[in-house]
Amino acid sequence: MARSWWKTALALALTAVMLFPIYWMVNVSFTRRESIRKGQLLPLDFTTDHYRVVFSQQLPYLTTSLLVGVGTVVLTLLVAAPAAYGLAKLPVPGGRVLSFVLIVGQMIPAVVMSLGFYAIYNRIGMLDTIPGLILADSTLAVPFAVMLFTAFMRGIPNELIEAAELDGASYWRTFRAVMLPISRNSAITVALFAFLWSWSDFLFASTLDREGGSLRPITMGIYNYIGAQNQEWGPMMATAVVASIPTALLLVLAQKYVAAGVTAGAVKD
Amino acid sequence: MAITPPTRAPHPLETTSRADDAVVAGPHRRHAARLAAIAFVAPLVVYLVVFYGYPLVQNVAMSLQRYDRATFVSGGAPFVGLDIYREVIGQPKFWRIVGQTATFTLVSITVQYVVGLALAVFFQHNFRLSATLRAMFLVPWLLPVIVSGTTWQWMMNPDNGALNSLVGLFGVDPIWWLNADHALMSVIIANIWLGIPFNLVILYSGLQNIPTTLYEAAAIDGAGPWRRFWSITVPLLRPVSLITLLLGLVYTLKVVDIIWIMTMGTGTSQTLATWSYAMAFGKGASAVIKYSEASAVGGILLVIALAFGLVYIAVQRKQED
Repeated sequence: MARSWWKTALALALTAVMLFPIYWMVNVSFTRRESIRKGQLLPLDFTTDHYRVVFSQQLPYLTTSLLVGVGTVVLTLLVAAPAAYGLAKLPVPGGRVLSFVLIVGQMIPAVVMSLGFYAIYNRIGMLDTIPGLILADSTLAVPFAVMLFTAFMRGIPNELIEAAELDGASYWRTFRAVMLPISRNSAITVALFAFLWSWSDFLFASTLDREGGSLRPITMGIYNYIGAQNQEWGPMMATAVVASIPTALLLVLAQKYVAAGVTAGAVKD
Repeated sequence: MAITPPTRAPHPLETTSRADDAVVAGPHRRHAARLAAIAFVAPLVVYLVVFYGYPLVQNVAMSLQRYDRATFVSGGAPFVGLDIYREVIGQPKFWRIVGQTATFTLVSITVQYVVGLALAVFFQHNFRLSATLRAMFLVPWLLPVIVSGTTWQWMMNPDNGALNSLVGLFGVDPIWWLNADHALMSVIIANIWLGIPFNLVILYSGLQNIPTTLYEAAAIDGAGPWRRFWSITVPLLRPVSLITLLLGLVYTLKVVDIIWIMTMGTGTSQTLATWSYAMAFGKGASAVIKYSEASAVGGILLVIALAFGLVYIAVQRKQED
């Protein structure tokens, strides 16, 4: 251990380089408008004004993002958990094909999905609505969720299920009373990632919810600043910092679940 | 795999009432299990058909019909077969954009891989804070791309950006990072930054599966660290490397967000994915909205992505056997 201090020092330096853009964002968000262009390493000309702007202008967007995130989580869990039980423990006809479709589904370019959804939503009047965005965002998480749940449920010993069945439990009851409680940690991992992906989504939001006014998510709140005549970097960076809060919370409070999802989610970028 | 199935001591009674009898005893029970299986999977199947299949078919259908603003709303666009594909490929800029897409993808995944591997090997040493700092490296991956994209855009600002201050320290003149000529290089830099965590995580877990006894034996035989890396790590990590690179390829091909947020696909940073996006949804990037052309470019991208995707699946299946 004595001679490994230099490794820690090197690792700290590497981490600092890697996270510099994030530091820079925070730095700008606390710097007064007049001084942003000086590019100082510390927010010497300190202000919290930009955050006041965020809370006066961006709250509707944040609320929308929260709603869409929660909706996506619920829908993803409802579709994925029962299917995973079927795939892991019951004789599903064509189960291998289904698993194949799930992998291929994740490889479809998002722009192709957006175009398809856009045409369909345009026809049935679901553009610029929260349910429309929830449905589209859930496609980001459902295949990952099914695969994560299935991998976990396969590991649950058959004896547990058989014991329940000997007690006369129906398949539904076995699922509810045996499988779901044991899979709690997987459900948390799925929920966290489904929320994060829908919170971070730019592509569906910018295509299916372009003109939704305050029904647009926070990613669009940030996007509004881009291309404006006089780009307001301060409020924009402050909004970006606020939009990063779920990521930060996840890393601090739920690292265990993140690690599980990251390793299992090798299939997800 | 960080998830481990719960372990449980076997109950003494269970050895007598062996379960296969309970789960699939008799044709009646087997029939019931099948019905239950279908019922549990049915919502997912419906979901996939409606929310994956339908948009996909819709995209392909649009690329075979000539849509304009009016027919997009009213319907009744004429069927034109593969005409639109021919027109798109015939455009002078088509092959330039294909080349840029290839450059963006290949440079991104190569550098991400090399840096990710170097970091993974480095983090394998147990030093103080190694686990914490490794977790910090995940941040770029978990952050919303709009956040990273706008931050990079600001750092690449020609007048006051942090990057120009940095190169200025080495006496380099300010660079117009986001102008037409440099745009590709700039979005590649940001995209590499986004992709390093993914490569680090996958390669790190791959390294964990290489038995340490191999390294110890090699060390006893007098092999130095460099030699050990090339004769043990590289060959044994080959399967994981292949999977990482193929997945990276499929996912990088279809990237829209980081490019669009930083440059709106202007200049050299236009790729097939952003071109398709721009034609349908471009905010001020194109005056005329071209749904059919956008869908055709999307269709071409889809074919390329699925081709590499199938290679990936084949490689993975082979590794599992």
